Formats: sequence, C-alpha cells, structure tokens
Amino acid sequence: MLELDIAHRLGDFALDASLSVAEPGITAIFGRSGSGKSTLLNMIAGLLRPDAGRIAVDGRVLFDAEAGIDMPPERRRLGYVFQDARLFPHMTVRDNLDYGRRRVPPARRHVAFDQVLALLDIAPLLERRPARLSGGEKQRVAIGRALLASPGLLLMDEPLASLDAPRKAEILPFVERLHGELSTPIVYVSHAVDEVLRLADTIAVMDAGRVRAYGEVEAITSRPDLADAGFGDVGTVIAARIVAHDADSGISELETPAGNLRIGRLDAAVGATVRLRLRARDVALALDPPQRMSVLNVFNGTIAAIEPRAEGIVDVAVEIAPGMRLWSEVTRLALSNLGLSPGSHVHTLIKSVAIERYPRA
Amino acid sequence: MSVVLSPEEWQAIRLSLQVAFWSVGISLPLGILMAWLLARRSFPGKTLLDGIIHLPLVLPPVVVGYALLVLFGRKGALGAPLHDWFGVTIAFTWQGAAVAAAVMGFPLMVRAIRLSLETMDRGLEDAARTLGAGRVAVFRTVTLPLIAPGVLTGVILAFARSLGEFGATITFVSNIPGETRTLPIALYTYTQVPGGDAQALRLAAIAVVLALAALLGSEILARRVRARLGH
Repeated sequence: MLELDIAHRLGDFALDASLSVAEPGITAIFGRSGSGKSTLLNMIAGLLRPDAGRIAVDGRVLFDAEAGIDMPPERRRLGYVFQDARLFPHMTVRDNLDYGRRRVPPARRHVAFDQVLALLDIAPLLERRPARLSGGEKQRVAIGRALLASPGLLLMDEPLASLDAPRKAEILPFVERLHGELSTPIVYVSHAVDEVLRLADTIAVMDAGRVRAYGEVEAITSRPDLADAGFGDVGTVIAARIVAHDADSGISELETPAGNLRIGRLDAAVGATVRLRLRARDVALALDPPQRMSVLNVFNGTIAAIEPRAEGIVDVAVEIAPGMRLWSEVTRLALSNLGLSPGSHVHTLIKSVAIERYPRA
Repeated sequence: MSVVLSPEEWQAIRLSLQVAFWSVGISLPLGILMAWLLARRSFPGKTLLDGIIHLPLVLPPVVVGYALLVLFGRKGALGAPLHDWFGVTIAFTWQGAAVAAAVMGFPLMVRAIRLSLETMDRGLEDAARTLGAGRVAVFRTVTLPLIAPGVLTGVILAFARSLGEFGATITFVSNIPGETRTLPIALYTYTQVPGGDAQALRLAAIAVVLALAALLGSEILARRVRARLGH
C-alpha cells in the first residue's frame, strides 16, 4: 500500500527512512517530537521534496529521485489532516468541505457527502465560518474535507495534539468510526501511546530520522528495547475480546490467547475487542500456585528471556501462550531468591486494577 | 462663496480621479506580482529589484518626473519606440500623469501587499494543494482572498498618493488645463496668480472632502473584507 525509502538532510537533521506498509487500515507513525515523523508525512504528501529516494502508494510512484518523478501534491490524491485543522477562514464549512470534493470527477468520488456529514456529525455546522467553531469541531470538519476529496490514503498529522483532553475524547470516536465505516487506509502520526493503542493496526517507530521498527501494534509496543522511543514504561500489549460482563461484581471477562482475564467493568459490548496494556512493573512472578490473594489473574508460563533493565532490575519475558510473551519487571534479588532462569516454569500475577485498557472500534 | 463647482473645478476633480483610478488599475496586477516575487521567491538581483521599487519613496519626486521625461519623451529610450511603432505619446498627456502617479504610489502598494503575503498562514496554501488545487487555483481561491485586506490597504495608499501627486507629475507632463492639470496642480496654479487665494482655498476644501470620502469608502470596504474573512 505504502512504500517509501527516502533520504533527506535539513541542517543538522538527517532523515533516512525506509518503510513498506502492506496492510490497509490504520498505520501509526510513532515517535518523539523531532524524530522526523511529520517531515516524513510532508514528503509523502509532496509538500516537502526529499533529497533522494522513492515513494509509492498503491503502486503509483509519487516520487522517484532517480527517475526524475516528483508528482505535485494536488495530483497525489492523498488526504491530509493537519494538526491545526487549517480550514479556510474565508469560506463557510460547506465551502471548505466542497473545496477538495468539487475537484474530483464525480466518477472517481468514493465518499458520499451525506455519509461524511453523518459520520462526523457536522451537518449542523455547514453554514458557519471556521472562526465560530470549537477546536474539536474544526478538526472534524478538516477530517471531512480531506475525506471528501476521495483520497486513496488519508494522512493525519497528530490531529488531536492541539486539543485538550475533553476535545480529544470528543474526536477519538470519530476517527475510530472512520476506520470502521470507510475503507480509506490511514497513516496516523502521533507521539501519544494511548492514541496508537486505540486506533492503529500497525505501527512504525521513528527515532532520530530512522524507522526503527515496524509491525503489528501488539508486537511492537511490547518490545522493551523500543520503550525509550516514547512508549514510556515497558509493558505487554495484548488484544482481548469481551466475553461477559458480570453486573453483580462489576467485572468484565475477556478472552486472550493465554486464557481468560478478569478486569473492572469495561464500557463496551460483549464481543468488542480491547487492547490491554500490562505494565511490566505490575506483573509479579511466583514459583508456586499462589492462593488466597487479591490478584484475580494468574497465567502459567515459561521464562523465555531475561533482559537487564537497570541497576539491580531485570525484565523477564514469560511465554504464557505459544508466541505470546508477558513482561515482568523484577529485582535481581528476587530472581536469585527464586532461582529463576530461562526455561523455569512460573506463575504470573497480574493486578486487575493496574491493567490499562484501550477499547477498539 | 458659491457651493456650486465651476467647470474648471469639475475638470480638475474629474481629471484627478481619472488619473488616480488608472494609475492604481494599471499598477495593481504588477504590484501583486512584485509583492509575490519579493515575499515568496529568492532569485539573484532580488535586493536590487526591491531597491528600484522603493526608489520613488526616497527620491525627490522631481527626480522621478525628470527620469520619466527622459525615458518616455519623444526621443527617450521607451518613448521613441512607443511613438514610432505605436504612435503613442504619454509625455504631456493625462496618461503620462497616470504613469507618474503609478510609479510614485507603487512602493506603497507593493509594501502593503508584500506584508500581507508574508504574514498570511502559508499552511492554508499547502492544505489547498493536498485537496487537489494547482498553484494558480490556490492563488485565486486561497491566497488572494486572504491577502485582500493588504491589497485593499495598498490600493488605498496608492490611490491617495495618486490624488496628491504633484512633483513628478508637473515635471513629466507639465500643467496643461484639461489634460494634466490635476487638483494639486490647479491649486498650485491659483497660488501663483494674484487674487487666486479664494480659488485655492476652494480647491483645498475639495481636496479635504475627496480625501474624507476616500477614507470612508475604504473603511466600508475593509469592514466587508473582514466580515468575509470571518473576523
């Protein structure tokens, strides 16, 4: 779907990125500010010209330095949602929405006007000027405007970064619905782990102008070696499905490859998928089956790896299902007290209340 | 003192307005182009071009008028071919007065437009291009409407400069009643003849009325532009 291999120098900053995204859906480009992710997005859009390399979307070559191809932005058929919305202040919301749409021949329009209005709930705003919209409304209109140009790929540059927490919460469901209702693939630039965990299917991690890793969100965000690229705490991210809600106890039961997990009531329907993030420091290890304790979730597994973390601290990877590792952060002292080494059988204890949850649309 | 204007007064007013409208009309497209070049492009000789555009602002107007006379006179570098090939002479005509006024007002116009080009949010132009608009369409639908307040300011400054132009005009096109005797030149003429004080005073009053009307008109226009920009 998206292939790129580009090199660029901007003063002291060198970008040397290579990425090949095959899956449609939402691809996050994740990294700290200054890692080059917005620069990369501007190059895909054609707003910035790389020094060298090649960019192709769905097999269409947009840029190829060697072949002398540099398609202007208006011909790339990519939607772009900027962090600061960038609505045209001299036009009404309706004219803004129509700006890209009327430039697409009717036969090539694959997004319906009414569908976008409904999806983003912007019908009541049509006759207003951008100056009279809230930040969240502006961003919704900007998303609609980009979609109505019927792009083959939608680029979003931290669309929530300039909004406060309530506005973010207002927009997130809309982006999730985009994902669900339209088949337009999305490249979503972000430095916020929570947005990535809620929205993205795959993730490319950028660091100092390079793509350090690319893959499925669960796999990449669970790698301790990438925690320094902006994930914060080391942890394990697993996809789970809600199988039951228990009204009496206020507990939701979720199905994971390693067995069922019980956590505090989730605000989502049975059958919905949820990403769970289990921070390594909230996972304890025991040699014997623990009894009479408050921890609700215990998985059995085998230690697959032990990685040094800091002075006296290690990250232990426990394989709790085939191919599924759970990270636990323990002291070296505990490790030697229990005599743990790769291959040891252990019980992993996960406190329910410490589990971070990210509902998926 | 009669409030009815004499034919000579009408003539001076009409001529002044005619010269001002034409000078602004012909210099506006060029002014926008120059402002755009200076604000958005870098090219060799940019500083020189900037300097040349600004010269009329710092030179004595008489020097500008004399330069125009040398350039556009019958034997001038531009005047000779204009006359020989097209039969057009602009020295000592009202068209020449418009050219003189345009040259004098040009730096003011370019400065105002350039400033608005430099301060406008260029991200909006990028956004328009990602939505499928080419460079020309972006300029027409986004850039131009957004710099409209600056263009308006430039037009008003140049218009006012044209109405008041004296030095370059009288040097280039002289003082011909009905052809190049604009309001300021007519006023000056009255001050040079004995007993012309009352006439001069009347013309001065007309100049004040004209200036106020222009200010009022521009304020109304500016409000409309601001309303369109959603402020």
